[in-house]
Amino acid sequence: MLLTPLQTFVMVLAVALGSALSRFTPFILFPQKKDPPKLITYLGRTLPPATMGLLVIFCLKGVSIATAPHGIPELIAILVITAVHIWKSNVLLSIGSGTIVYMVLVQTVFS
Amino acid sequence: MVKKEEYKKALHAAFPHTIPVLTGFLAIGAAYGVLMQKNGYGILWSVLMSALALCGSMQFVAITLLTTVFDPIQAFLLSLMVNARHLFYGLAMLEKYRGMGKARALLIFTLCDETFSILSSIEPPEDVDKKHFYLLLSLLNYIYWVLGTFIGGIIGKFITFNTKGLDFVLTALFVVLFLEQMKKKENRVLGIIGLVSAALGLLLFGAENMVIPSMVIILLILLAGREKLCC
Repeated sequence: MLLTPLQTFVMVLAVALGSALSRFTPFILFPQKKDPPKLITYLGRTLPPATMGLLVIFCLKGVSIATAPHGIPELIAILVITAVHIWKSNVLLSIGSGTIVYMVLVQTVFS
Repeated sequence: MVKKEEYKKALHAAFPHTIPVLTGFLAIGAAYGVLMQKNGYGILWSVLMSALALCGSMQFVAITLLTTVFDPIQAFLLSLMVNARHLFYGLAMLEKYRGMGKARALLIFTLCDETFSILSSIEPPEDVDKKHFYLLLSLLNYIYWVLGTFIGGIIGKFITFNTKGLDFVLTALFVVLFLEQMKKKENRVLGIIGLVSAALGLLLFGAENMVIPSMVIILLILLAGREKLCC
């Protein structure tokens, strides 16, 4: 622990404040009593699918394609998830099988 | 009594959706608790950070800030930037979180990647009160994160079975919820816009700085295509 307890506490608050501000800002800018502008309603409807795409890439951002194992475990696991999901359309089953396949791959084949 | 029954029903409906989050948050929260411990910050600090900030990736970044010169302004600005994606979640949830009364502030405070993804991809069953469903799902995910951090602070060092790769459960969650969104035809082009924009952000700005550029690209495309994408 490099910082003093008081300094650490201030740092925790600073991080928490930044995090809370990012969460509350849209709700403060567009209070619920008024109808938000049409543009915002449009964004509210179109952003979720686009943001899910962003989140998938965000999760994979640390994967290096240039160095071994070249993102192959991730690719295989995502293919398994997609196949299982198209087949059974069961959220938990798809997530579970993809995760297990990934764990087995990185612990054995690509360890 | 009636109210209690309603909450129970909502809990039954919400809990299954949170199981992947439970797994992922216990694993990553524990990893965070252990890492904080290694840097000299005990369980009190890691749990406090998780409970107040609730921002996975930024909390890991914050560890490096806690081990250098004291600079809370930098910590605040960096937190705002790393967490900028919450702005999108807020915009997307404006409608859903309308008329939620006192629960609204709590829903906003606990809005994380996982909660946003689930609530924007899945509708509660018709006989379950939406407010209860949203609230319980959000609180469960929040508790998992704090609990994971707590457990990591205590027993992290003693975990012996090989958990390598377990954190992939959250990537899997996002992939599946992405696929759920893609079930609707009108969402497909939007999903591809998200993937391509983020890939572009990653290629141009690198892993550390990809979030805000990717968000800007998404916004620009959505604004430019407003006539065509609007249904």
